[in-house]
Amino acid sequence: MTRSPNKDVLFGLYDDETKILSAVNKARAAHLDIYDVFSPFPVHGMEDAMGFTESRIHQAGFVYGLIGTLTAFLGMTWVFTSDWPIIFGGKPYWAVPAFIPVTFELTVLFASIGMVVTFYTICGMGPGIINPTLHDRITDDKFCLAFDVTDVSDDEKAKFKAFLETSGAEEIDQKHI
Amino acid sequence: MSGHISPIREPLITGAKTYHQITEDICGPTERTPSVAWMIAFILAVTGLAVYVFCVTWTIWVGIGSWNLNRTINWGWDITNFVWWVGIGHAGTLISAILLLFRQKWRTGVNRAAEAMTIFAVICAGQFPLIHMGRLWLGFFIFPYPNTRGPLWVNFNSPLLWDVFAISTYFTVSLLFWYTGLVPDFATVRDRASGFRRKMYDFLAFGWTGSAKHWQRWESLSLILAGLSTPLVLSVHTIVSFDFATSVIPGWHTTIFPPYFVAGAIFSGFAMVQTLMIITRKVLNLQDYITLEHIDSMNKVILATGSIVGVAYLTELFISWYSGYIYEQFAFYNRLMGPYFWSYIGMMACNVISPQIFWSKNLRKNITVTFAMSIFINIGMWFERFVIIASTLARDYLPSSWSYYSATWVEVGLFVGTLGLFSTCFMIFTRVAPVVAIAEIKSILKNAGDQYVGMKNALKHDHKHESVKTNGGDAH
Repeated sequence: MTRSPNKDVLFGLYDDETKILSAVNKARAAHLDIYDVFSPFPVHGMEDAMGFTESRIHQAGFVYGLIGTLTAFLGMTWVFTSDWPIIFGGKPYWAVPAFIPVTFELTVLFASIGMVVTFYTICGMGPGIINPTLHDRITDDKFCLAFDVTDVSDDEKAKFKAFLETSGAEEIDQKHI
Repeated sequence: MSGHISPIREPLITGAKTYHQITEDICGPTERTPSVAWMIAFILAVTGLAVYVFCVTWTIWVGIGSWNLNRTINWGWDITNFVWWVGIGHAGTLISAILLLFRQKWRTGVNRAAEAMTIFAVICAGQFPLIHMGRLWLGFFIFPYPNTRGPLWVNFNSPLLWDVFAISTYFTVSLLFWYTGLVPDFATVRDRASGFRRKMYDFLAFGWTGSAKHWQRWESLSLILAGLSTPLVLSVHTIVSFDFATSVIPGWHTTIFPPYFVAGAIFSGFAMVQTLMIITRKVLNLQDYITLEHIDSMNKVILATGSIVGVAYLTELFISWYSGYIYEQFAFYNRLMGPYFWSYIGMMACNVISPQIFWSKNLRKNITVTFAMSIFINIGMWFERFVIIASTLARDYLPSSWSYYSATWVEVGLFVGTLGLFSTCFMIFTRVAPVVAIAEIKSILKNAGDQYVGMKNALKHDHKHESVKTNGGDAH
């Protein structure tokens, strides 16, 4: 299933992460509206340059983990104190130390699965999903700075193009995705 | 992206690679027709897998009596193999998670393959408790699901049940962690492919685009998964050791077991990583990414964990004597002098004495020695589990029920068969997925590539080359 954002995108390809990093900084300083930046590996400093806020995925992970902890601990408590109490080895029904391993494992399991599912969902990815890409070399060795030119005036577009040219893009192209 | 370059670090990527060359080198093996050597090895691996299928079928058809287990020795090769395989898995998580938290850059060359090893090793490990049940088709009874028998629940106080949770969580989390790391690299392969392969990698890549926001989340996710995997990997072998330590069998009922098992697991896992990496780097021509520096680093881990294991063995002996408890004393006397003395000697020789050669840097960087050592350690760690299980059970409290155990061809076949299962999975992996984490290698290139790091070393050590021009990247 192809998920198309249905946009016209003007993009420039750079051959080094330092070049695109300075281009992004300049574009933001010039108040140009960046559509997205694509790179073959995480470029350090890009999140600051793009003005991203910190990802909150770890906060979601904490909540999922907590759900796991409670599911395991309260579940075992319910089973062994009210649903079917059995004495094992003379221990009390509510044998808290013996519940720790399973509680720990389910905490990790819930947090991991929850975070991974969240990650793919918010990124719009998943098995069978195809997101259109701008250029095949973006996952290889090119760094791409893209501007959304769907409904912009020719003046504006020329401004984007001029910016890409002056900031060192070695290839400039437009594509409908 | 220049970061801090330490002048004393050896380069981790050699051959003055560019980003594009890294892509070419690492995607190459998935795109070429396999070599004759690979084909022959694959046929061997699949033959091993066939042995496995045959022996499992035999066990189920004839019954568990086709094994030589008896009332005294009710755990033998099966549980030995289980613990051995789980232990091997631990190195993958250690490399991918703990070394990520410690910011060890050399992990990037080997983490992908080591994580794959973890997953396949855990698959192999999981076979044994399942087959050991005898009635395999009732295996789902181990999960606490609402059933029509009451519902009658599983015993949450039992370490064997903790094991079920530990192993299945470990497998799931390792798989998620590994696959999340693979997605950007599958996208790299996808964007080079056409036809059917394009379709296949379109599916595997999950629609990855390389967007800056996605990378930011991806890094955050990887870090948290590493943070979760670190205590997880320690918990898994701890819980495996509880299978023994919470019992009341002399020789098993000891508090040293959890740390001792974890150290042993990392030790054996690194040995298996060495075995695999030495072959893989040669066959797939990845010597520029998995360098002698990597092998040296892993040998240091082997030396450290091997010594911890050695201290644990000696501590066990001392404590059994010092305890003044005759059954405990006998258990250890029996390990050294009893019917299975040969496995104790094998264990001591392979695990404690032989890794000490790695104090020498030359031997740590010697491929042949490392490969031979990795095989020794794999054998030694198998012996360790056999010593703990079989020699302890063979001599219990009642001399009238003392017994001896040796495996039947079915049990040997199951072990050899899991080696086949493991190799088959690993060889398919090397054909389908990039064996080295492409994106991660690219992100450390300017900190660890020899044209950046090596240049400084060359200038420092050899003034004749001072005129060599520094290229790109070094300036910023």
